Amino acid sequence: MSVQAVNLIYIISAALFIFGLKQLGSPATAVRGNMLSAIAMVIAIVVTLFNEQIGDYKWIILGCLIGGGVGAVAAKKVEMTSMPEMVALFNGSGGIASLLVGWAALYDLSGGPISGFTAFTIFLSVLIGGMTFSGSLLAYGKLSEKIDSAAKVFNAQRLVNGAILATIVLAGIMFCFNPSTTSFAFILIIVLSLVFGVMAVLPIGGADMPVVISLLNSYSGLAACAAGFAIDNNILIVAGSLVGASGIILTNIMCKAMNRSLANVLFSGFGATKTATKVEGEVKPIVGEDAYLILEAASSVTFVPGYGMAVAQAQHVVRELGELLEGNGCEVTYAIHPVAGRMPGHMNVLLAEANVPYDQLIEMDDINPRMESVDVAVVIGANDVVNPAAREDENSPIYGMPIIDVDKAQTVFVLKRSMGSGFSGVDNPLFFGDNTRMLFGDAKESISGIVAEFKN
Amino acid sequence: MDAVFLAFILMLSIFLGFELIAKVPATLHTPLMSAANAISGITIVGAIVAAGANYSGSATFLGFLAVAFAMINVVGGYMVTNRMLAMFKKKDTTTPAAGVTK
Repeated sequence: MSVQAVNLIYIISAALFIFGLKQLGSPATAVRGNMLSAIAMVIAIVVTLFNEQIGDYKWIILGCLIGGGVGAVAAKKVEMTSMPEMVALFNGSGGIASLLVGWAALYDLSGGPISGFTAFTIFLSVLIGGMTFSGSLLAYGKLSEKIDSAAKVFNAQRLVNGAILATIVLAGIMFCFNPSTTSFAFILIIVLSLVFGVMAVLPIGGADMPVVISLLNSYSGLAACAAGFAIDNNILIVAGSLVGASGIILTNIMCKAMNRSLANVLFSGFGATKTATKVEGEVKPIVGEDAYLILEAASSVTFVPGYGMAVAQAQHVVRELGELLEGNGCEVTYAIHPVAGRMPGHMNVLLAEANVPYDQLIEMDDINPRMESVDVAVVIGANDVVNPAAREDENSPIYGMPIIDVDKAQTVFVLKRSMGSGFSGVDNPLFFGDNTRMLFGDAKESISGIVAEFKN
Repeated sequence: MDAVFLAFILMLSIFLGFELIAKVPATLHTPLMSAANAISGITIVGAIVAAGANYSGSATFLGFLAVAFAMINVVGGYMVTNRMLAMFKKKDTTTPAAGVTK
């Protein structure tokens, strides 16, 4: 097939991608949307195989088999709770693929020597692809707790990053004037892009991970986009920029949900600098039987899940308790903070896995105005997103962040393993509130206990 | 293709992307992200050409690696998104809540 004909079919593929993404915007049509987008991908791949430039298929087939097999097994095996790190890994493989495509484009001399412009786009795809790859791997490590997930900030960090960036730019300029596969500048760009990805994710702590994940997602699209310029391929540009835009929007939503600028998330090393006013007080513990009695009398209960629910794998027992309460004539809702968990929409996925219907999940802005009419708010493994210090204490590192106002509910149960501060190390005055009762222990066991009481 | 022309496509696609995704409800953020992630595997198209076009031995090898990585992204991304979306259900009003034996 001629390049012209291939490009023509790419248009169909692009239209399907756009249509698929549009349908992904509503829960009712999302499955179809994903399917359309997958069909678009298949069309793009198949038509590319008929590209007249291709002479040899064995490496293509081998690569497809290996990659497809690994991807399929990973997607089948992964637990819903480990979804953030899986997404990070997939993201990273997309990034390295774009780097490699850019690199390989350097060998394409069919259109004469590489022009300065093409060299520049190769430089971009290697840089962004490399950053996405190493950044995603580090994010994977942090999310799966294989490495310490706290923010790492050291004194000369900005200086070092500045130096790396300056060297990359310099090497990029050298490379654009003299593009060659053997040039030292090019090797330097590859190495430094990998280093820079690590440096960029290093100062970002666990609770800020949703921002990083969506940002890396955006980068992987931009890398594909740059590769599209390098090899003159418009489907790469269209699909890549759609992904880039979606990642930026999600990043923005996450930042807004924390009331912080992107720059602040990326560079400040959250929680490493400011210390909140010490809160002191006495916590009022409660046992399962008493919690049961209060819940049994309640007519409206809101669950507020956080990352702790994912860790304890408590979503199924939470749903069970929710159903029992409903059977008891109680109105049950789930209040979801936009940055609860480790990726955008993390809690929604977990609750969906446990069969909680999505119309019971309420967004922060919708639940807060009616929090006073909620009899019991049950906080499960969430801390910062329900911390009233964000409203009241100007010294708190999370001051200004919108929270779910559980402290305004009639009674608050906080399920907590023990009396330590949460992920970001911020003290939480909620624990000392007059209407707060602490239910200590493993979240899953605590809830199972209450469920057992209900069934007796 | 003309670089200016490609840049034009880029500009339009970015605006389109913003329009498409700006109003997605929070419930769908994870599936949307993972679907977008799968779409970024579109770089496989470039990888296939690199692996099959016989530019040189090294280019073929790089292309082969790129195909494998991009394929992980594509297949894994779509399958995982599908798995997640299959779990999203609207409240079923015909069957009463299970397990109530009070």
